[in-house]
Amino acid sequence: MKSNKNILSVLLNKRHKGRTISYTLVVAAWIILTVLQRGGHVSSLIAGLLVPITCYMVAALGLNLNVGISGELNLGQAGFMSVGAFTAVCISGYLAASIPAAPLRLAIALIGGAFVAVIFGLVIGIPVLKLQGDYLAIVTLAFGQIIKSIITNMYLGFDENGFQFSFVQNTTELAPGGKMLLNGPMGATGTQRIATFTAGVILVLIALMIIYNLIWSKSGRAIMAARDNRIAAELSGINITNTKMLSFVVSAGLAGAAGALYGLNYSTLVPNKFDFNTSILILVYVVLGGLGNMNGTMIATVVLVLLPELLRSLQDYRMLIYAVVLIVIMLITNNEHLKTWFKSIRSKQADSRKEAA
Amino acid sequence: MRNLSFKKAFALTLAAVMAASLAACGSSGSTSSTTAAAQAADSGSSEGSSAAIKIGGSGPLTGGAAVYGTAVKTAAEIAVEEINAKGGQQFELKFEDDAHDPEKAVTAYGILKDWGMQASLATVTSAPGAAAAPMYKDDHIFAITPSGSSLAVIYEDPDNSANPFGNVFQMCFTDPNQGVASADYLAAHPDLGSKIAVIYKNDDNYSSGIFAKFKAEAAVKNLEIVYEGTFDDSNASDFSVQIQKCQAAGADVVYLPIYYEPASLILTKAAAEGYTPTFFGNDGMDGILTLEGFDTSLAEGVYLLTPFSADASDDLTKNFVKKYQEKTGEVPNQFAADAYDCVYAIAQAVDAAGLDASKSPSEFCDALVKQFTSMTFNGLTGQDMTWSETGEVSKAPKAVVIKDGVYVGVED
Repeated sequence: MKSNKNILSVLLNKRHKGRTISYTLVVAAWIILTVLQRGGHVSSLIAGLLVPITCYMVAALGLNLNVGISGELNLGQAGFMSVGAFTAVCISGYLAASIPAAPLRLAIALIGGAFVAVIFGLVIGIPVLKLQGDYLAIVTLAFGQIIKSIITNMYLGFDENGFQFSFVQNTTELAPGGKMLLNGPMGATGTQRIATFTAGVILVLIALMIIYNLIWSKSGRAIMAARDNRIAAELSGINITNTKMLSFVVSAGLAGAAGALYGLNYSTLVPNKFDFNTSILILVYVVLGGLGNMNGTMIATVVLVLLPELLRSLQDYRMLIYAVVLIVIMLITNNEHLKTWFKSIRSKQADSRKEAA
Repeated sequence: MRNLSFKKAFALTLAAVMAASLAACGSSGSTSSTTAAAQAADSGSSEGSSAAIKIGGSGPLTGGAAVYGTAVKTAAEIAVEEINAKGGQQFELKFEDDAHDPEKAVTAYGILKDWGMQASLATVTSAPGAAAAPMYKDDHIFAITPSGSSLAVIYEDPDNSANPFGNVFQMCFTDPNQGVASADYLAAHPDLGSKIAVIYKNDDNYSSGIFAKFKAEAAVKNLEIVYEGTFDDSNASDFSVQIQKCQAAGADVVYLPIYYEPASLILTKAAAEGYTPTFFGNDGMDGILTLEGFDTSLAEGVYLLTPFSADASDDLTKNFVKKYQEKTGEVPNQFAADAYDCVYAIAQAVDAAGLDASKSPSEFCDALVKQFTSMTFNGLTGQDMTWSETGEVSKAPKAVVIKDGVYVGVED
């Protein structure tokens, strides 16, 4: 009994409280939804949204690490998702015959997608993060656009003679039985849908584990120090470029894995999906959920993905209401009166707890 | 400070009131439509037939491609109203917005499935159609798309035209067929011009899909392509370079396998440069005459290869155009006509198979696939249409030319 209490107090102390709540939320949501789905109580609408929600969640968690914890503005998260998604779709398409087991192929594709996104993150980060100022925002914005244009013009196919690649003009001529992995503006078609909600939940848990362990490590404290006061951090011997690079690259990798899961959830994937709007949408999840607040990000993602779908009964008004709701949420979460009210409630609770103790 | 917080509180209240009032507007709008549907169902039951058969469908009602989704929705509603007014088997239509996004199309599919659709108009555009088609196959629900023209909508393996879904059909031509038909038409009509320039959108699968086949067929027919110009989303507003290059190459036919919005800019630019070749387009060009702010006199003499022309003199077309104009004030385009045909084709197949609303979607699917692969259908977009086992339609394309601001059929 006593040891139980000790574990509880450890799980709920300042250092662990955030992650305990996160893991509990995610696992509880997974158990409830899986049980309901087994019983046939989940509508097709919600069932279809489960995987995309986990994808956006992972991308938003990664972005929150970059924007909230590291304090750099990244406007190209969709670009990293795009890289991860198309890499994963290509890997899965190529391995479809040799590895028929879907979970194994999914894992390989996710790792591949994350890896390629990390490489792109490094390539962008090395020159840009050495600079001071808003350059990362500008460069990631451009990166998102460039990736979209490049993939739109890429043709990659394979048949029994090996791979064929062409750029801008499609010159690939596949033997019968060949498969186009990337087909220019058509993107990837005929993808096997191997992504599952369980895989999505596992990915969210892995993302949370990486992020929380990073935040509470020595590197994490260095990242936050670099955010709060660059000069003081440099004077304490922190390598600013390396710490910022760490958070940026992890963020890119998570976006890559998120994109990979997204790409394998639909039979078709078009490059135009990952445009500037998608980057901004993910940033909105992060900002509304609270910078640096992982639980807030997850809740904001669920609410903001579901909202437009649940507002469908309002027909054409729903886009307008969606915007108004965003404004209302921002005003409410920044309202001083409400903040002090919440604080007073919390301190009262704390007081009563102390008294009880 | 106090002033500021008052302002904030005011803004907050205002926003909340706005949201509430909009929600009220929206919900009243949706209830009125449901009561209309309920009334339709009531009048149906008074005729003695059973409940309405549920037809679903999705398309872009918002966003850049909204004009196609709206046209399809309106035309399908007209068709359902007409069929219901005749008495007999009643139908009910639910049309969801997919914003031309595969992800949203899958969501819309979920909503329609929850609603209990028994047959579907699938999607209006191609990429969402390719995402939704496997879902239709998995759940064994019959679908016929009015205008999702890509091969990926009907084939699981579009690269080899293999593994058709089997229960997803098309009312429109496939993209490759449009390109081939265009090249054949230009080869058969050398009077239009012999030096061909093409301007196409290389980040759009509709446009590049048609162009690829056009180019291949042009090589077979010995057509001379003197210039290939491309553009994409990011530079779809200025076409001076492409127009100048067309002019410099001495092209007398400019083939535009693109949608009507960029086409309108190309026509405007060409007119400003005093360049007057014959412009030739496909079904995506349809809709140019109803584009807001476009001087339709610039579209004079533009050729379109499309299965539908709104000026045709048969009673079916006249009746449809009249009703569509009463409802929207606009001349229907080919998308609308395809959707109208889809609903009538489903109705014809339902009648022939003797289905009623009590049957499950799966029973509908089996019966409708059997009917569609064996029946012939006469509609707005063609006579004696038939469907193959793969879901592809077989019908004759028509060439129309724009004269005095209306489409006029070209007599061969």
